[in-house]
Amino acid sequence: MNHPYFPHTEEDIRQMMEKCGVSSLRELYSDVPSDCIYEGEYNLPKAMSELEVRRHFASLASQNVPLKIFAGAGAYDHYSPAVVPYILSRSEFSTAYTPYQAEISQGTLRAVFEWQSMICRITGMDVANASMYDGATSAAESMMMAVAASRKKNRFIVSASLLPQVLDVVSTYARFHGIDLVEVPVEDGVTSLTELKTELESADVAGVMMPGINRYGVIEDLAEAVEAAHSAGALFVEYCDPSAMTVLKTAGEWGADVACGDAQTLGMPLNFGGPYCGFMACRQEYMRKLPGRLVGETVDADGKRAFVLTLQAREQHIRREKATSNICSNQSLMALYATVYLSLMGPAGMRKVNDLSYAGAHFLKGELLRTGYFEEPFSVERPFLKEFVLRPRRDAEKLCGMLADRGFLAALPLGEGLVSFCVTEKHDRIECEELVNAVKSAFDALGGARE
Amino acid sequence: MKYYDKLIFELSQNGRCGCSLPDNGFGETSCTELPTALQRAQAPELPQVSEPDVVRHYTNLSSMNFGVDTGFYPLGSCTMKYNPKINEEIAALPGFTSVHPLQPLSTVMGCVQVYKELSDYLCSITGMSAFTLNPFAGAHGELTGLMLMKHYHLLHGDVSRRKVIVPDSAHGTNPASAAVCGFEVVQVKSRPDGRVDVEDLKPLLDETVAGMMMTNPNTLGLFETGIREIAQLVHDCGGLLYYDGANLNPLIGVVRPGDMGFDILHLNLHKSFSTPHGGGGPGAGPVGISEKLKGSLPQPDFYCGEQEFSMGRISGFQGNFGVILRALAYILMLGRENVKLLGSYATLSANYIKVCLKDCYELPIDSVCKHEFVFDGLKDKSNEVTTLDVAKRLLDYGFHAPTIYFPLLFHQSLMIEPTETESRQTLDEFIKVMRTIAEEAATSPDMVKSAPHNTPVRRPDETQAARHPILKA
Repeated sequence: MNHPYFPHTEEDIRQMMEKCGVSSLRELYSDVPSDCIYEGEYNLPKAMSELEVRRHFASLASQNVPLKIFAGAGAYDHYSPAVVPYILSRSEFSTAYTPYQAEISQGTLRAVFEWQSMICRITGMDVANASMYDGATSAAESMMMAVAASRKKNRFIVSASLLPQVLDVVSTYARFHGIDLVEVPVEDGVTSLTELKTELESADVAGVMMPGINRYGVIEDLAEAVEAAHSAGALFVEYCDPSAMTVLKTAGEWGADVACGDAQTLGMPLNFGGPYCGFMACRQEYMRKLPGRLVGETVDADGKRAFVLTLQAREQHIRREKATSNICSNQSLMALYATVYLSLMGPAGMRKVNDLSYAGAHFLKGELLRTGYFEEPFSVERPFLKEFVLRPRRDAEKLCGMLADRGFLAALPLGEGLVSFCVTEKHDRIECEELVNAVKSAFDALGGARE
Repeated sequence: MKYYDKLIFELSQNGRCGCSLPDNGFGETSCTELPTALQRAQAPELPQVSEPDVVRHYTNLSSMNFGVDTGFYPLGSCTMKYNPKINEEIAALPGFTSVHPLQPLSTVMGCVQVYKELSDYLCSITGMSAFTLNPFAGAHGELTGLMLMKHYHLLHGDVSRRKVIVPDSAHGTNPASAAVCGFEVVQVKSRPDGRVDVEDLKPLLDETVAGMMMTNPNTLGLFETGIREIAQLVHDCGGLLYYDGANLNPLIGVVRPGDMGFDILHLNLHKSFSTPHGGGGPGAGPVGISEKLKGSLPQPDFYCGEQEFSMGRISGFQGNFGVILRALAYILMLGRENVKLLGSYATLSANYIKVCLKDCYELPIDSVCKHEFVFDGLKDKSNEVTTLDVAKRLLDYGFHAPTIYFPLLFHQSLMIEPTETESRQTLDEFIKVMRTIAEEAATSPDMVKSAPHNTPVRRPDETQAARHPILKA
């Protein structure tokens, strides 16, 4: 019996070999030096039937402990309507390659064009690309773009208030690309403007990157930082959450030149970290410096509206070592995910998602403070939306594990004695109260010490 | 395929909404309480459409798309094999999709086991020592691999190695990745038989060379017969040899890159390991290393744990886990007995098409090929019917076009890769159509030059798109 994925029968193989003038399949490898041929056994299990594969993965999945997610830190548990995975499962979308043949790829091309449009409308930017891998790599690409756009400058400033994994990836890319990366410290929960201005005194700063919402969940006021960057002749990059930006001041309104981040917040499943969907958008003047694919509108030979991959002269397959980036495949299907999600949600749905998250997070923070086990982390109350940090009076590092034992992912330790929480529209008042009770029970187990 | 001309924004009517959300019992609290200076002036102009509007719109869009499930997709170097459906179900299991990437290790042991199994199996298939599954795509794997190369030399205090050698037949991502990694790119020529010119390579090798990138079989579908000598030469000068796994498919079950002397490689799970390409991603580009680079893989590493000399972090979390799951399901379905057949079936299919068409298409290098081969356009070029015209005419007949105008070694490159999942009937139909097109090029060239005729849109005006970019609605 043939394997279900292999249509060639013995007879097919015999006839095809005959046509090719070979008497064995191995003869097709006659040009391969014999010491390169692998004659050993593969360390793989014997072929499984579909039923056995299903059992195997059901068993693996059951080894994960399901938790109620009250944490963010770069991956947010938002609700996604049933229509989204339904549309994504259409194999006309999922089994297509990159839309090189525009005539039979108008579905992908139009959807990417809609995605580019939506990202522009959310961020207030002029041009958005077809997607990047994830938020962290979109930040690294934004840094390289800023340095390339500045021509001679080679220094880039990042705020230490960015998510730690974003900082790590940016720093890896900077190190290998040869960019001088400077980290501006955090002061009382926000980027230190004094330090930023000092760093901007150096003449060779190509750009500055700051988060709209930082790793403490604090919404930063970017006005002064943007102005300082621009007066130093540096580009300003905002790392942002596109879900939150449907209600918050846009990158365009702040005056940023580039917006980047992760569209995972647009309903994408947590999926142990991926696939998510990076995005990147910029002002018109930097269009030709933007990495990644771009879809543009045009007409076909009959004058009908048609969409194509365009401005490809920027890309690796044309420019090779002179390209602005090496990106080729991106996260196209996840960009479709975000596009379908945003179509369903509309402006009213996005407003409600943010209102529910805001209300839940503020309720939870109040209740947690009321337990007496936590302190406000900063000297003043900082504005936040769905994510916030607190300072436990004790055992900041242990709390997360204790809560996991009680069925929650919450109180992620940030170091510095702080822990973070996040609430989305997926959690109601009762679940928040259950979490508060779990926190109390965890601290009781740790030995009380309420103040 | 029917032409459908709407954009979602054009369906929008004020007041429509395609979602429903609960009342979570928190009262009237809303984010309008935030300082006005932090709020946007106006709501974004997202479409206001009903749920049926959305479903019909995207269903109509999808009907203008061609996928592997639609028909034969002989796109060279892209390995468009069948994407098994069980893999989709596995990747959608709530026990995987609902896991947060920062959960405590003890609560994600199933995911960790997935990483462990796939890493082990990839090691066995490729002959490498360890893998990171974090890179998101082939080009991202290349970049990670080159970072590992640079990192290796720096760890050994070898700071002068700034060059990477790349053959002129290489994929465009090779030189681009090297440049992003801060390397100088040096090109090595191909011989008339399509293989790397070892004599041209020798003088390039010195103590400034960090390594060399190779695709084997190369982009002409030809096995680099001098690979052992090349590996020796590169290693003798202190460099590392990098394997671009885009063309791994024909070698699976027959030849292992590790045994050929490669030190670092990336694989494309969306090519050789059957995960769907999604219209341009998400893919996955795992990177494998040989023994001498052990301990330097990127963080986080769930399988190997803390890497003593890690080169840093290249992804927000641990890669495209959903893609990793699909690739593992595929390997388990194949098992060790079928893995051995895969590469030779793909190779047989390619050689079969080549032999059946070489009398009407120009075959610049006539020797046994691997998973793919390259024609240099039609044999009869008297009517000036180009490779582009042939590609477009194929769309009329219900086939996807091959890769065209790549590799750059020929003017009319037409690169065909059938994969092992296409039946002989499909290959025969394709051969028949390719022969018909060759005839049409002789008898009615204008019809071929103006193709396609039966697709939702005809040839788009790309010049206008680039000259007056309209990139958003």
